Amino acid sequence: MNQFVKAFEPDKLQEAWHVFCTEFPLGLWETVYVTLLATLFAIILGLPLGILLVTGDEKGIRPLPKPLMKTVNVIINFLRSVPFIILMVMVIPLTRAIIGTSIGSVASIVPLVVAAFPFVARLVESSLRELDPNIIEMAQSMGSSTIQIVFRVMLPESVPSLVTNFTLAITTILGYTAMSGAMGGGGLGKIAINYGYSRYKYAVLYLAVIVLVIVVQVFQSVGTRLATRLDKRIKK
Amino acid sequence: MIELRNLSKRFVTADGPVEALKDVNLTVNDGDIYGIIGMSGAGKSTLVRCINMLERPTEGSVLLDGRDLGALSKKEMQGVRREVTMIFQSFNLLMQSTCLQNIMFPLKLIHTPKAQAEARARELLQTVGLPDKANAYPAQLSGGQQQRIAIARALATNPRVLLCDEATSALDPKTTQSILELIRQINRDTGITVIVITHQMSVVQEICNRVAILENGQVVEEGDVSQVFSQPKARATRALVFPEMNGAEGTVSSGYGQLLRLIFEGSVTIDKPLIASMAMECGIAANILGASTRTVGKREYGYMLIEIPGGPDELAKALKYISKAPNVVVQVEAQYSGEEASEA
Repeated sequence: MNQFVKAFEPDKLQEAWHVFCTEFPLGLWETVYVTLLATLFAIILGLPLGILLVTGDEKGIRPLPKPLMKTVNVIINFLRSVPFIILMVMVIPLTRAIIGTSIGSVASIVPLVVAAFPFVARLVESSLRELDPNIIEMAQSMGSSTIQIVFRVMLPESVPSLVTNFTLAITTILGYTAMSGAMGGGGLGKIAINYGYSRYKYAVLYLAVIVLVIVVQVFQSVGTRLATRLDKRIKK
Repeated sequence: MIELRNLSKRFVTADGPVEALKDVNLTVNDGDIYGIIGMSGAGKSTLVRCINMLERPTEGSVLLDGRDLGALSKKEMQGVRREVTMIFQSFNLLMQSTCLQNIMFPLKLIHTPKAQAEARARELLQTVGLPDKANAYPAQLSGGQQQRIAIARALATNPRVLLCDEATSALDPKTTQSILELIRQINRDTGITVIVITHQMSVVQEICNRVAILENGQVVEEGDVSQVFSQPKARATRALVFPEMNGAEGTVSSGYGQLLRLIFEGSVTIDKPLIASMAMECGIAANILGASTRTVGKREYGYMLIEIPGGPDELAKALKYISKAPNVVVQVEAQYSGEEASEA
């Protein structure tokens, strides 16, 4: 306790401020680009998978063989249930194969994507399932093909919900980047752990947390505002 | 021409198989406004979905100009669905698209050039009376306006058949009137065949020329609207035409005698008071259990349920007397037997 209070004495605060000015800009940049890139790749993988989960369902517009759907669901559930910190270790060979190393900000994108894409797939699934089945029936009654229903009806009609869910994905992935900081990743997470956990410089740790909170707030408000603006069901 | 031949549809549910449609036979001629009416659960929605194969019939066939729709490939069926389009109870507009985009939707599906599709959509906005709503979103429109946009969308591909699935059930009476008027006008102008699914008697009276009554998945009566409604034979039809008559037998009947159902056709049916003169001339004092009037397709119909006291002799006498009156149809509803009146 004594040690904790000491960590906020004037000279410690000054030191923290120094770290803030010298290391935080790069850390923030790493956190943001790792988060955004990981989210982007997670969406690239998760969006089609989420569409498949809905359309290939027994009651979907293009039912796929049950064993196939079962397998896909089991894999997604498996990836979702492995704790991220364990998953990071498990995918090290994959990370090395893709990036060439398992250390650093860029390398941390790989485990982040592996952890996030099944999550995104589930989010997409829930967004698409919200859609009124009568709308799908309408599209079928007009002679739409499966592809046309997906791209001209399901996705455009779900845009506000998808944006809301992708915002949720971003903020969750941002949380994971801090964890990856402990395992060789970069960013604010690394700074917080290196200074705060390893060297008892709590002032730095708290500063890093405050910055992370602000980043989450920014992502969240931008996402929420975007979703509201895009939703044409809201009368203006 | 649309022909339904021995159409049956069974659903397998958790509680076992359900027969939604049983051996339905119907013929809809080109240019008809054909009503299919029934209580909820009668199988109307299933029937209309069989016509465009959204539901595959378990047995029987749907013929569009002699072409068996059940035998078509998926691709061919998509083509047919541009000829047989549909409007719905809940409008089913794309909520994230403008009205113009909604109307262009079926045209985009067949890759119509954008300029051409837009011109067609604007023309249709004109037809449905909403030329200023091109860039409005459905959420900004009233229910009636949304249904108009849905009608415009259904007409975009110049279909030959328009299926209306409870299209006015979510609308108030006044809006219902205007939507029906629009459908009738389109039918008149383009010759499009319209099939109207409804549980509202008033809708059929308003626009249909032919009607089928569906009960428990079966067509219990079918024919010209004036014919079917003036002489409703099936119980279900009578229940729809004169809903207030249901149960009158049980509540006000004296408990003996026979029930007769009289239907007066035309506004000037008879020149003398039929029941009163029957009492005087035949000595039969009929007990009036219920009476009402209806306008069906611009014609007045009177309806009366009377009870003839006495035995078979009195009944025969009354039947003979009433049958002599012009434009009156008489049916024996039931020989009273202490049970609910049964079908004659």
